[in-house]
Amino acid sequence: MTLAVALRHRFGTATLDIAFDVPTPGVTALFGPSGVGKSSVLAAIAGLLRPDACRVTLDGERLADTEAGIWQPTERRRVGFVFQDARLFPHLSVAANLRYGLRRAGAGATGFDEVVALLGLSALLARRPHTLSGGERQRVAIGRALLAQPRLLLMDEPLASLDAARKDEILPYLARLDTALRLPILYVTHALDEVAQLADSVVLLAAGRVVAAGPLDAIAARADTPLALRDDAGAVLTCRVAEHDTARRLSRLERDGLSLLVPGQAAPLGSLVRVRVPAREVILARMEAAAIGAALSLHNILPGTVRAIAEDAEHGAAMVEIEAGGAPLLSRVTPDAVARLRLAPGSPVLALVKSMSVEVLGTRTLTNS
Amino acid sequence: MRLTLAVAARAVGVGLPVAVAVAWVLARGRFRGRALLNAFVHLPLVLPPVVTGWLLLLIFGIHGPLGAVLLNWFGVRLAFTTGGAALASGVMSFPIMVRSVRLAIEAIDPGLEQAARTLGAGRLDRLVTVTLPLAGPGILVAAIVGYATCLGEFGAVITFASNIPGQTQTLPLAIFTALQVPGGEATAARLAGVSVTLALAGLLLAEWLGRRLRVAVGR
Repeated sequence: MTLAVALRHRFGTATLDIAFDVPTPGVTALFGPSGVGKSSVLAAIAGLLRPDACRVTLDGERLADTEAGIWQPTERRRVGFVFQDARLFPHLSVAANLRYGLRRAGAGATGFDEVVALLGLSALLARRPHTLSGGERQRVAIGRALLAQPRLLLMDEPLASLDAARKDEILPYLARLDTALRLPILYVTHALDEVAQLADSVVLLAAGRVVAAGPLDAIAARADTPLALRDDAGAVLTCRVAEHDTARRLSRLERDGLSLLVPGQAAPLGSLVRVRVPAREVILARMEAAAIGAALSLHNILPGTVRAIAEDAEHGAAMVEIEAGGAPLLSRVTPDAVARLRLAPGSPVLALVKSMSVEVLGTRTLTNS
Repeated sequence: MRLTLAVAARAVGVGLPVAVAVAWVLARGRFRGRALLNAFVHLPLVLPPVVTGWLLLLIFGIHGPLGAVLLNWFGVRLAFTTGGAALASGVMSFPIMVRSVRLAIEAIDPGLEQAARTLGAGRLDRLVTVTLPLAGPGILVAAIVGYATCLGEFGAVITFASNIPGQTQTLPLAIFTALQVPGGEATAARLAGVSVTLALAGLLLAEWLGRRLRVAVGR
């Protein structure tokens, strides 16, 4: 099943002209710099903004097709929307806010008690919105949207107005959403850490266009996207916890043919964890793996093949895309290193990653793994 | 005195719902002629009241275009009746009520109505469950200030409804009449005292209720 979006809209001098298909269910991040039109895309999908031309198809049903003269009004699309500023009704209690959409949608797959438990809202039900903290407000807004029994949940930078602590308070709830409810989620953000933690797929926007779209691990490890130019560029991998070595205080994670050692984890064996391998932390070598392993403190020596090399003028560096054991990795090295090692697409190479450099982002179960 | 209160009550009772509707159209509607409608609504505020009263007489007088219809079809006569006094003071207080309600509606974040749409609420549903409750304090203040204005209306009432004791002689008209009679100052002063008290009470009540309600709707 898919959500297919194509739209063209002119705002003053800027033009938005994008098209993407994303799998449903699953979390898709719409990622790009501020002002690129991400929120307008969400507004168009919800029917709050009518673009010059627009086609939105959700699991085969046309929500909008301006060419065919189809434009379902927002209130009949059953598309949930979580706004950046929560937009709770100030004259209603938390419980009444939660029930607002539920009453109109009728009982559905998502029950009141289930949502209250999922988002930890039971202590807030009698309160008024103006007495809530920013994080609490956003949780209520998410619950209210879920209870309207949407077929698709749109989230417009739901964490952007929160400080880091509040953000960390909500992220685990969000990570649970799509697995608990199997609801497709389209999530707009300009924060890469949210993408890394939540998204299964990414649609990268720049200057009103889609520059890349696909599964997060494939996109994050590409050398030729705007993501690769960021300081924090790096591969994002979903791995299975394969072994806990308590004596060495290490855990071994596996993904396809790749095996990564990381500092000891609490996640149970067999669970899925998401890790980020920052490109600047990946060293490249062309020699015998055994010779390195004996001499260095290093735990992760990953044999692979260079897939592509792109210039990163901003950092005076080269971005090297490597496939190691079926997993995509990204390494930021100097152009000089590329020349000295005579790296080219197809070259065999060793990717060296300190176990301490692997960022473990949290446990999660993926819907489309 | 009782007549004055009844006239003002009828004026506000009929005028307020219309004022809310017009205010909503002005605040949220996007259509050609909005500026014209806005100017028309505000006309009684800037015209001399006597002119408003005379225009009412032209329109609602028994030979006027609407007055004739009302009289012939419904047997309702407005000119020189209590109903006429209510109509005249209602028209005069209308712009004030529209203004107050419109400001209240415009102060509501349109984002809340959008949120209601995404939750499945249609246009009327949104108006009843989001817009009107949130505009509640403004609407109440509009009613009270409109009522107080009606109590004081003079020019339009005397022109359209005349000065008939027991029928159209409202408080200001009674004060005016008292002042025309030699030795009527005492009566005038007593009535003026009532007038000041009523106006003051109305304004204070509006202020207090407005504040209470704003707390109730969480703003």
